[in-house]
Amino acid sequence: MMTFLLNRHSLFKTLPCLMLGLILFSQTLRAEDIIAVESTEGVTAWLVEDHSNPIISIKFAFSGGSSVDPEGKEGIANLVAATIDEGSGDLDSQNFQGKLNDLSISLSFDAGREYFTGELVTLKRNHAEALELLNQALTAPRFDSEPVERIRSQISLSLSRRIDAPGYKIQKMLRNLYYPKHVYGRPNDGTVESVAALTVIDLESYLEDNIALDNLTVSVVGDVTPDELRPMLNRAFQGLGHKAKPFRITGATPKVSGGVVVIKEDIPQSEVLLVQPGISRDDPDYYAAILVNQILGGGSFSSRLYQEIREKKGLAYSVGSYFSLLDQAPLLMASVATQNDRVSDSLKIIREQWRLMAEEGPTEQEFADAKTYLTGSFPLSFTSTGRVANILLAMQLNDLGINYLNNRNSYIEAVTLDDAKRVAKKLYNVEALTVIIAGDPVGIEEVAPIPN
Amino acid sequence: MYFSKKVISFRNGSVFAALFALLGMLPVRADVFNPDVFTLDNGMQVVVIPNHRAPIVSQMVWYRVGAADESLGESGNAHFLEHLMFQGTEKFKSGEFSSLVAKNGGQENAFTSWDYTAYHQTVARDRLEMVMELEADRMTGLILDDEAVLPEREVVREERRSRVGNSPGAQLGEVMRASQFLNHPYRIPIIGWDHEIEALNTETALRFYRKWYAPNNAVLIITGDVTTDEVKPLAQKYYGVIPAKDVPERTRVSEPPQQAARRVVKKSKLINSPSLTVRYLAPSYRTAGDNTPYALQVLDEIIGSGPTSRLYKNLAVAEKTAASVGSSYSPTAYDLTTFTLYISPSPGVSIEIAEKRLREELMDILKTGVSENEVTKAKTRMADAAIFARDSFSAAPNVIGRALMTGRTVDDIEAWPDRIAAVTTEDVNKVMQTIFDDNQSVTGLLLPEGVE
Repeated sequence: MMTFLLNRHSLFKTLPCLMLGLILFSQTLRAEDIIAVESTEGVTAWLVEDHSNPIISIKFAFSGGSSVDPEGKEGIANLVAATIDEGSGDLDSQNFQGKLNDLSISLSFDAGREYFTGELVTLKRNHAEALELLNQALTAPRFDSEPVERIRSQISLSLSRRIDAPGYKIQKMLRNLYYPKHVYGRPNDGTVESVAALTVIDLESYLEDNIALDNLTVSVVGDVTPDELRPMLNRAFQGLGHKAKPFRITGATPKVSGGVVVIKEDIPQSEVLLVQPGISRDDPDYYAAILVNQILGGGSFSSRLYQEIREKKGLAYSVGSYFSLLDQAPLLMASVATQNDRVSDSLKIIREQWRLMAEEGPTEQEFADAKTYLTGSFPLSFTSTGRVANILLAMQLNDLGINYLNNRNSYIEAVTLDDAKRVAKKLYNVEALTVIIAGDPVGIEEVAPIPN
Repeated sequence: MYFSKKVISFRNGSVFAALFALLGMLPVRADVFNPDVFTLDNGMQVVVIPNHRAPIVSQMVWYRVGAADESLGESGNAHFLEHLMFQGTEKFKSGEFSSLVAKNGGQENAFTSWDYTAYHQTVARDRLEMVMELEADRMTGLILDDEAVLPEREVVREERRSRVGNSPGAQLGEVMRASQFLNHPYRIPIIGWDHEIEALNTETALRFYRKWYAPNNAVLIITGDVTTDEVKPLAQKYYGVIPAKDVPERTRVSEPPQQAARRVVKKSKLINSPSLTVRYLAPSYRTAGDNTPYALQVLDEIIGSGPTSRLYKNLAVAEKTAASVGSSYSPTAYDLTTFTLYISPSPGVSIEIAEKRLREELMDILKTGVSENEVTKAKTRMADAAIFARDSFSAAPNVIGRALMTGRTVDDIEAWPDRIAAVTTEDVNKVMQTIFDDNQSVTGLLLPEGVE
């Protein structure tokens, strides 16, 4: 319940960027299970029927997200996401929320870097009201001053709250170093100042420009047949504009490379982020890269970083490496949290492992184990309507094609040890790592990052 | 992002917040989770919850022992042992457990609370036998030596720095608990006090292990794409052969009557906007022995859950005192628990005003009571939410596991909807008159440094 306030935000690294690349797909769910349903009004949705519970989950995305917020007006998309479900048509905020609540309908919106997304989860018996409320939120939000001011002040509060959080300071430092002047250098959800200046007209223009049928992607999972779904799609999205305003995010190349930056904080444990350029989701070497990273610092308890830093030396509770997959700004990162006087030990090990991976690549055994992990854990994500709907949405947004479900494991199987070694050498560059530390680390010398 | 092996508690993790909410969300029909229950000859209870949506299974082994069962001066020992359980046995050397799970595409973790310790893996259906063999093996076969134990102790101390050392909110939370429970061991943090963690060792961990880890003190829960007939012989083969042993009764010292309100203040430079929490000592299912916990859940739903709850409607929407405000209550504990109110003032509103208004609002609720209509709506929502709980793969084993660890039965879980449905407006209005006793309360303030 505490999250009621905090949920209304998305930070730099939120679900959309991670979700799109790292999710694994199940063998049970086959390409043949997905039906592309097109409504009479031209709305298309990928559907997986699942009649085990009387629940329908709908997820959708409009491209743009916060990346189309005009300069100086950062935070529009985020404020829109937080206020379009605060009253529409005849219903004011409390009546709108009251109706959702009384009918156990969950409706939420989120503004990510690249997409404005929404989710509707309802019991089948309430689907007509649920679709009506969704449609009203998208097409006729009232933006009454009561809810807008209330939500605006909640957002400002949480924006100002995070300013002092070490983890947020690291993210902010990274944005400023890597992408100054680029849209990715700006906070996704704005600043206290930019949010204070937003007007209802700004919110309305955002909807007008960016929420339309031609940039809409939809997935549906649950207790619904294709024939039932067609009119539902019309009801949900009728009245939207046909064309969104075109936009283009230019490539964001990091402006600096290397360096060690310390953000001084009076805390017993330093939080450390190491960053370098990563690999795009559509790069042919993507699957080799996720295999290599699984071995170096991926999410199992056997990774090299986990073993070296945690198991052998007891230097940290959490350590790992991962990709961030923003379309135009892919990154490869590692993070660790270590008491201040052991930071240099942790850093030394991570750098050593980074270099070692580049020079020698994985061993045959590690490579085989990583493959069986990534292919074998494939089904673990297919456990709820919501999770399957997420996957269907990600597949569409990444242009993976319906057959991806059947082919995904073969992409991983096809990677050879030589591929992995080649990609490790190309990708892992210890010299390029920019280190950002928040804390009071002992024995760490700051080094200015080098302009690219 | 990065994994958190050996998570310490259900109560603090945001991942589990949603799950926690599920406790208030069990089914209308008593056959929702539809578990099969049987007991092995050595006294080990087994629960099977078939769920055929994905070709996967999850194994959980729960021990009826947690941080509140530690010896005086050895705080953190239960959680420390949980970490050490990944070390190795005669049959599977150190690291083999996790590496086998990973290379078979599985995921695993463990967690510790005051009342229980649990270990779990999720794997493809045909790997169930493998993880059962592994888990049964470490129930009695754990081998520890200083070489493995000492670095892990440093890992736990880093974990404490991450969770508490770097978090003023968590520091306040620890002192609030220590103030809430005058005598009962719930006053001690699960992870332990740092100076006592520092003194834990191979011997303390093994002593705890030998005292409490036994089949007759454990519950095996299998969920997923499997039948009870398939599980039975496997459970017998791996767990049924472990001899039962004498396990002590859980005897915890009890609370004396609490006769004074307490107030705890934490100021920090990492905090830039204030917040306030008030906790009232409250009965759990087990300590109440009547329908009070059910009535309190309905009360919590009405006054403090969501955007149309009493507190939010009046303090956030109508008068803008609060940016966030609400309540929470979970009756799942072996001994006493708390009913919590919290508020974060809107920007520009002082914490004093916020506290005053929160307390006045509470007085008002006590004076006017809740209405028939509010109770009916709350009960409908709670019943609906049960259907959503069935959509989650992990809800059933977690809800059932926690119930069995805290002195309840599977029948209690199945009867939950009936008992909620039976709560009357009068019940709710009666329990609220006794629960908000200042002399049994702790008020915690989290303030920016430098604010008087």
